[in-house]
This record gives sequence, structure tokens and C-alpha cells, in this order.
Amino acid sequence: MTRAAVTTDAAGSAGTGTGPGGAPARRLPERAVAPLRGLAGIAGLVVVLEVLPHTGLVSADYLPPASETVGALWHLLAEQTFWTALGDTLTGWGLGLAISVVAGVAAGLVIGSIPVLRAVTASTIEFLRPIPSVALIPVAVLLYGTDLRSKLLLVVYASFWQVIVQVLAGIQDVDPVADDTARSYRLGTWGRLRHVMWPTALPYVMTGVRLAATVALILAVTAELVIGAPGLGQEIAVAQTSGAVPQVYALVLVTGLLGVAVNLVARAVERRALHWHQSVRTEVAV
Amino acid sequence: MTVLTVLRRALLLLGLPVVLFAVWWFATADSTDFYVPPLSAILGAFGKVWTGERLLSDVVPSLLRLTAGYLLAVVVGVGLGLLVGMRRVVRDVLEPVLELFRAIPPPVLVPVIMLFAGIGDTMKVIVIVSGCVWPILLNTVEGVRAVDEVLSDTCRSYGITGAARLRHLVLRAASPQIVTGMRQALSIGIILMVISEMFAASNGLGFTIVQFQRSFAIPEMWSGVLLLGILGFLLSLLFRFAENRVLAWYHGLRRAQRNP
Repeated sequence: MTRAAVTTDAAGSAGTGTGPGGAPARRLPERAVAPLRGLAGIAGLVVVLEVLPHTGLVSADYLPPASETVGALWHLLAEQTFWTALGDTLTGWGLGLAISVVAGVAAGLVIGSIPVLRAVTASTIEFLRPIPSVALIPVAVLLYGTDLRSKLLLVVYASFWQVIVQVLAGIQDVDPVADDTARSYRLGTWGRLRHVMWPTALPYVMTGVRLAATVALILAVTAELVIGAPGLGQEIAVAQTSGAVPQVYALVLVTGLLGVAVNLVARAVERRALHWHQSVRTEVAV
Repeated sequence: MTVLTVLRRALLLLGLPVVLFAVWWFATADSTDFYVPPLSAILGAFGKVWTGERLLSDVVPSLLRLTAGYLLAVVVGVGLGLLVGMRRVVRDVLEPVLELFRAIPPPVLVPVIMLFAGIGDTMKVIVIVSGCVWPILLNTVEGVRAVDEVLSDTCRSYGITGAARLRHLVLRAASPQIVTGMRQALSIGIILMVISEMFAASNGLGFTIVQFQRSFAIPEMWSGVLLLGILGFLLSLLFRFAENRVLAWYHGLRRAQRNP
């Protein structure tokens, strides 16, 4: 096993040395096999979920067979209410994320570039950040009811901190030599912000946005589930109280797929925005 | 001179919080808004509500469930993560499935788990585990995968295998990543502790706060919100303290690498 791995490795590095034409055929399967294995994993999960309720180990009342869940999902897709709910969830998520990214980046840049402000606010940020946003649920209910605003309150509170903390870390990472150079070339505050701080902070900002996107989805669905704001979460609550178990599973599956999609999109955006950054880094590494 | 620096630091640390607190206090001092009671009323309610038997009947059960769920998630997450991370085939097979499970917003699992486990303590612990386990698991997998090859080969050539290799090489090398996962899991755990109690419970912090809100006991409700905030802050402080002890070697290494 080890020996085989070593030889493919050696062949691989030789292949990159001689160019793509010299790459041995054995290298390709290794890369193609991983997605196949992943598919096998998904298929295995589906089979287990299908068989388990039939064996009687788990009651089909609690865990409907995979085929029933998919059937329920199929029915949902044909219903207008499902699409409205999906739209509501995405609206809350997108608006909340946009607000917290803009506010977080703006506040982070201002606080981060003025040392006094940073020193003064550090303790407050450290105190406010770990406050669980679900603590605000009762407040949101009282102030806004099941409105979109109560969803936004929770989403923004949770994801704002993810962004601002990353922006602050990014600005702290600015190379002092680069900053001094910019100063001696008489770049103004705006110029240094634009050409020195922003490029340094961008990778951190992107990490913050990615984390915030995930957190925002969690809080949007939570608000719907617990408060009853319209959206997928509320649909789940309704399906659960009316005992429509396959629908519950189908909706949970939808939120999971939504989460995967959010992850993929966030990573794609990150890769695109940091294209220059990563290419520079790999060049240096080689 | 030293007195001055201490004073300066204290001012920086406490200045803004004191100002904000004062603003809150005076802005609401003669507030007649039913929903925004004066801070003095909230603090009065805080002293009354959370010091007596409620501390034992609501706060302690919540914290116990959180502790149980969190520790269980750490054990399961790290254990499975080691298994998955060390075998390439297992990792390839399970990765998409795990990504899907991680992407499901954890609160959504509350109704599903209620089907299986009813509404007792078991349900709440399972809910916390089911939410906390994913960040720990996936970070462990990443950490195990990123073990330094040279170290790995060195271990092999010194004949360090089995449990010793696991303990001294794999776990050690993955521990910064594992701790990152544990930090993410802690905030998820607090969220799930509160939500599982808001759903169905007869005691606990989330239950009590929602109860106050529904009976329009507004100062009491605000005091609960305050308590949750303090709890989140204290737990993150505790976590950072533990992290600084466990990962002292790692942070020292990073510092040394940054300013040689």
C-alpha cells in the first residue's frame, strides 16, 4: 500500500516536471475516484434510510423511508406555498447578510484604522460578540412580532460580529513597512485605505462573509421555526405539529441543500475575489 | 508611571462599557414605554429572579444539559474525525454526506429529534450533540489530514505506531484545528440549549425567558436576556482560558514564526 502510494507520488512529480504530455495515466483515476466514492457514500445513505424503516428497527412513523421523503419533496416542489416560503427564507437571509456585511466592513475599517477607537472599543466588542443571538428572540417577538424585521434583527446580530471581527483582524495584519512606504509616498488616508489596508484585509473579509453567510442561514431558519416568521422554518413547524413526518424530512433536506449551496457559492465568490492573492501565494511557495 | 499605565488600561477596558451602561441607564430612567423598562427595574428584577431557587431549578439544569451535550459531541466528533481523517477511502466516501449534514441548520433538527426522543432531557442533549458534532468532526478531519509529512515519516522511521503515534503525532498536530471546531461548536451549543428549551420544556433558561415574554413580565424577560448574554460571555472567556493553556505551545510557535 505504502509502496504504491510512493510510486504514484514520484510518477506524479515527474509528470509535472515533464509537462502534461508525460503525465502517467495512473494519476488520473486517483482524482476521478474521489467523486465516485462520494457518490457511493450518498447512495449508501439513501439505501440505509430506505431499508432501516422497513426492517422495523426504527418505526416508519418517525423515520419514513427515503422514497417517501423524496415523494413528499416532489409534492412540495409543485406547491406555490413552498416556493413562497423558500423566497421568504432567502429574502431574510440575503437582506440580513447584506446589512451585516456592509455595516461590519464599514465599522471594521473605521475602528481598525484609528488606533484609539480600536483600543476603546475592544472590550465592548469582546463582550457583545459571544452573546447568543437567540437571547434576542423574546425581544424581537415583543418589538416586531412575526415581521421580517424580527428575523432581520436576529440574522444581523449574529452575522455582524463574524464580519467585523475578521475585518479588524485583517487590518491588524497590515504590513507596517507597506504602510510606512505608502505614507512616505504621501498617500492620504483614503489612498492607504484603498491600496494598503483593503487588499490586506480582503482575505479576512471573505472569510468573515463566508462564516456570516452560514450563520445568517441558521438564524433565518431559527427565527422562522421559533418565532413563526414566514419561511421554510415555519413550514417545518407546521408540518411537525400536523404530524406530516415525510414533509418534515423533505423540508429539512431542503434546508440542508440550501446550506450546501450557500457554502459552495460563498467559496466560489471567495476564490474569485482572491484570485490575485492565492496566485501570488502559490508562486512564492514554489 | 506604573499607576498611570494601569489607570490608562483600566480606562480603555472599562471606559466605553461604563459610558454605554450610563447611557442605557439614563435614557430609560423615566421610560414609560412598556416594552423598554428602566434599566434599574431590569437590574432589580435580575436580583430577584435569578438568585433564589430559579438558579437551581432553571439555570443549573440548562448548564448541565449543555455540558453533557457538548462533551459528548467533543468525544464523538474527535473520535469519528480521527477515524475518517486517517483513512483516505473512508474520507472520500463520507465527505459529501458529512458536508450535507453540516449544512443543515441545527435548529431544524429539533422537530425531527422530538419525534424520536420525546421532549425530555434526552431530546435536549441529543439536539445539542447533533448540532455541535459537525464543526468538531470536520475540523478534526482537516487537522488529521494536514499532519506534517516530515513528522509523519519521522515517526514511522522511529517505529512510533499505534496509540503512541495517535497521541503524540496525530492528536497533537490536529489539536489547533480541533480547538477551532470546538469554539464554533460552543456557540452553536448555547443556541441549541436555548432553542430546545423554547420548544418544549418544563424548566431551563430558554423556557423561563419565553414564559416571561408570554406573560408580559417585561423587566424579568430583559433580565433573562441579560443573563444569557453574561453566560455566553463567561463561557467564551472560560474557553479562551482553557485554549491558552492547552495550546500554549502552538501560540508560542506561531509568535516565534511571525517575529523571528
